[in-house]
Amino acid sequence: MRTLSGYANVLSAKPGDTIEFKVSSIGDAADFSARLVRLITTEDHPQTAGLIEREVDAPFAGQYPARRQRIYTGSYGYIEHKTAFSNLLDFTFHAWLWPTLLGSKRQTIAGTWDDGIGAGFALQIDEACRLAFLSGDGKGNVSAVTLNTPLRERQWVFVAASYDAKTRAVILHQSSLCNAGDLSSPETRLFDETSGPQISPQDSFYIASHRQTSEAAGVRAGGHYNGKIDSPKLYAGAASVHEIASLSGDTGVSRLAPHLVADWDFSIDQGSDVFRDVSGHALDGKLVNMPTRAMKGFNWTGRVHDWRSAPGEYGAIHFHDDDLYDAGWSTDFTFTVPEGIASGVYAARLDARGAMPAYVIFFVRPPKGQATSEVVYLASTATYTAYANQRLIARDPLDEMSMGALPIFGEDDIFLDENPEYGKSVYDLHTDGSGVCYSSRLRPVLNISPNAKYWSFGGDGYVTGWLDAMGISADVITDEDLHKEGESILEPYRVVLTGCHPEYVSMAMWDALRTHLSRGGRLIYLGGNGFYWRTAFHPTLPGLIEVRRSEDGSRTWSAEPGEYFMSTTGEYGGLWRRQDRTPNELLGVGFCAQGFQSGSYYQWNPDSANPRVDFICKDISKDGPFGNYGLAGNGAAGQELDRYDRDLGSPQHALVIASSINHSDYMVLAKEEFGAMHWMIGGSENKNVRSDLVFFETSSGGAVFSVGSISWCMSLPSNGYDNDVSRLTRNVLERFRDPAPFPLSSPS
Amino acid sequence: MQADDPSESLDLAAEFRRAPFGHHSPNLQKLLRTFRSVPIAGKHALLAIQANRSWMLVTLTGIPGQPIKRHEDVVFNDLGDAEWYVFRQRWRQHFGTELPGGDRP
Repeated sequence: MRTLSGYANVLSAKPGDTIEFKVSSIGDAADFSARLVRLITTEDHPQTAGLIEREVDAPFAGQYPARRQRIYTGSYGYIEHKTAFSNLLDFTFHAWLWPTLLGSKRQTIAGTWDDGIGAGFALQIDEACRLAFLSGDGKGNVSAVTLNTPLRERQWVFVAASYDAKTRAVILHQSSLCNAGDLSSPETRLFDETSGPQISPQDSFYIASHRQTSEAAGVRAGGHYNGKIDSPKLYAGAASVHEIASLSGDTGVSRLAPHLVADWDFSIDQGSDVFRDVSGHALDGKLVNMPTRAMKGFNWTGRVHDWRSAPGEYGAIHFHDDDLYDAGWSTDFTFTVPEGIASGVYAARLDARGAMPAYVIFFVRPPKGQATSEVVYLASTATYTAYANQRLIARDPLDEMSMGALPIFGEDDIFLDENPEYGKSVYDLHTDGSGVCYSSRLRPVLNISPNAKYWSFGGDGYVTGWLDAMGISADVITDEDLHKEGESILEPYRVVLTGCHPEYVSMAMWDALRTHLSRGGRLIYLGGNGFYWRTAFHPTLPGLIEVRRSEDGSRTWSAEPGEYFMSTTGEYGGLWRRQDRTPNELLGVGFCAQGFQSGSYYQWNPDSANPRVDFICKDISKDGPFGNYGLAGNGAAGQELDRYDRDLGSPQHALVIASSINHSDYMVLAKEEFGAMHWMIGGSENKNVRSDLVFFETSSGGAVFSVGSISWCMSLPSNGYDNDVSRLTRNVLERFRDPAPFPLSSPS
Repeated sequence: MQADDPSESLDLAAEFRRAPFGHHSPNLQKLLRTFRSVPIAGKHALLAIQANRSWMLVTLTGIPGQPIKRHEDVVFNDLGDAEWYVFRQRWRQHFGTELPGGDRP
């Protein structure tokens, strides 16, 4: 049972860096133990030596008091000011809304409401989908009034509320942004609240939530709103019944203009965690838990799809009640990485009575510029973050069709299903059905752990386990390191080795690897479906990535039209293949097929007889197929496959040494691999459903070797690492370590 | 294949029992598509008890956060056996009859 969980402030550290570990326990144990382990492999499997963790002395080893640390999801904005809101007497607030989850609970759009003391005001949507105004004096007197016409999900609506402090009259207004054929009519109502409460002044203003409670540990927000908010404005003056509808127009109400308190323009500083007030009063606000930015607004015309080209049409923020950026836990213990520690995959292992062990993973890299090997293993931390806490408990009846077998869950999958506050991955949907496009490592990530699924951290343990078994020393760096430091971090290394599924890649990472190859470096791509999604690292918020599922690709959700550009960097999101940077150009192969039911094997191609690849085939029989074994579906070609394709940029002089054959119909062609619809997409018929083993030299004496299959790494440990997949991989690595340049051949 | 005539699908059951993973004939694929696309509420899945060693049958609810049902007494040490067990349940659900000989291992 999962009762312990934790995370660190970093995923990568070098000697001298101090790592902060944050732990929570929901069990009944009074304390927990912590110790440092180096993870050599990451899975317990009866056909291997199992999970190998080696204890390493560390000062933090010991017992710690167990405590529960909570996670509060839900994004919102807030502004604090000593007088701007507390001095409000008469006021008017208005905004455009695109609500996405109506009818389930009361949601706060904006206001000063403090639910703990029943004070302030809030514009809300009630449980019956109606616009509501809530006010309280903090002395137990609370009033709520509502309009009659229910709001509609995913339809833009202008909403406004005004309040006259003297008469305590409340006016509510809503008017939908109507398309031809819509029958919504505006509604305005005046509520005589003469006997209602006098609104108690507050010094903070919330957007998309309200102040729920104020505790010693800080403010908790509640009443989270799901949906977009665009162009919120606040005036220190009450609009009349006749004026209020005019506020939605370009000119507004001239009488109120001098009383403008705040004019929040969400189109400024896209991607950041602040939002700007353009009224001149500097009531800038702070965003919590990273709501989705660069969202098209109520006035989006469709003429432009890039928010940088038409910022005024991207003035919406999409808030979700399950957004999470930073769990914000307190630190339980720290670890300063000592000099001389071997670069590798480490964890603070946590144990408590009655608890499954928890592993807080981190990667120790060598001091910059001080390589300890000519080989560096690039840990796919962008991919791990993308998959962080992926929800696997099936909710779609076709999930089993995707697997081609009964879905298999672990206790952590059940824990995540029952504890939604641990946040989601970019594979999941928000509560309102919209796609999750940000993911963070600043929270416990239960699938960056031993025995997680093959296609993420769990599978990469077969790379580090193989290196250990082969006695090959390799340094470790992470995607985040490569993104931040670029090619300079690769400079000391001759060979870069990837994991089994480096799917999420930033432009800086890509450029760094390309530069590495251009200066004679070597790249061994040991995976499948790699270099697939263009990924952004947030430029200032640590540990946060962004992905937009635009246009095409195997994906669990689709970005809304007009929202393909990433908020954090302005880059066009989606598949690298769609952006004139095909994986084929870098790796020689690109994604072509997916299927998780079973694996298959490789057949040698005529290219394998080319003397250029003699070194690869050394001591390997070419009399028959190979790779018909392994822990993932009993074949080295499985899960996700890549193939060679000159039309997609695979180098002409590359050699396709072997190709997988005899896949079943549960391995299907990737959707971007065919244009017009047809049904011949199964592996038993479609010849493009295959993995190609590809080798090519670069013009500067470097070389690339790619396996194009996630399952390749899961075949490495078969028969105690004594097998052709292992031998072939070792042959490549040994030659790639050799400084002798690879001569470039003429295209055949 | 006539989906509602179990006698015409007996060969397919035998085929599945022989090889629950890997290649399947077109008719078996069609039958499995029918079996595997039943509504999520009440659908079977597996929970790993010991990684890659033993698995417990569970039933999904389809409702986020609503605990899945654990069948503590239905545990498998082989994934093929688990597939066969669920196949038989779905056979009964689909055809309304027991799979003849389905109780044989």
